[in-house]
Amino acid sequence: MKHDLSALVAGILFGFGLAYSGMTDTHKVIGFLDIFGSWDYDLAFVMGGALAVSLVSFRLMKNREFSLIECAVDMPSNRQIDTKLIAGSALFGIGWGLFGYCPGPALAALIYLDPNTLLFVVSMIAGMTAHRYLKFAS
Amino acid sequence: MIESSTIQALIGGLLIGVSASLLIMLSGRIAGISGILSGAIFNKADRLWRVLFLLGLLVGGYLCHLLTGKPIPELAITNPWLAIAGGLIVGYGVRLGSGCTSGHGVCGIARLSPRSIVATLTFIFAGMLTVAATNLIAGGLT
Repeated sequence: MKHDLSALVAGILFGFGLAYSGMTDTHKVIGFLDIFGSWDYDLAFVMGGALAVSLVSFRLMKNREFSLIECAVDMPSNRQIDTKLIAGSALFGIGWGLFGYCPGPALAALIYLDPNTLLFVVSMIAGMTAHRYLKFAS
Repeated sequence: MIESSTIQALIGGLLIGVSASLLIMLSGRIAGISGILSGAIFNKADRLWRVLFLLGLLVGGYLCHLLTGKPIPELAITNPWLAIAGGLIVGYGVRLGSGCTSGHGVCGIARLSPRSIVATLTFIFAGMLTVAATNLIAGGLT
């Protein structure tokens, strides 16, 4: 219960941060990715600001089995740098550059009620479903 | 003179950092949106916190515009086929690569995970190449 409530609070802060930072504005995102054109460096400060805080908290939580409210800490353990990681990240980057949304901002932007954003999110879920159920030869 | 949009990016980023910190320090979970979304859809066990986090994402975005008066942004790309193509590629890619901007870019780098550092450099570089290519071919998509 407590960990569900803290997830809700974290979600609200995250959504507020995305909208305030400019991450839900695809003009800003495409401008940030347009490094060979008229580069808009603002969004580099989003990652910088986020890391300034999270580097400290993740350091504090490193090697802890339980959180401050006694929830099991679920840290990823995979350390393998493989083709899946690179190919998946490259595909993600291509889609990000095509439309200007990564998953978080796309979800937060649903409240702007633009049908194209809904189309993007539905297609994104379809892509996730395809990954789950279609197994290509690897 | 520092632009106000740069300050907003920094403040928004700090809030995202506080959010990721709350989630790991209290719930013990990684704030990776693509993982949370996929878990909320496909993983029946332990679904509630994921649904609440995603609901919060929408509420928080709405509150931001309501409280700060920041105008609601228009989409840069209005071609629905690009929305579909972009969505499909992003959805498939983030699962294959086990994470997106939040999971790899914020939480993973905060853990100093080599996997996440490689993933983040890869998707930012791929995004930059894509925007450069569309500028070159189409003079920029709309």
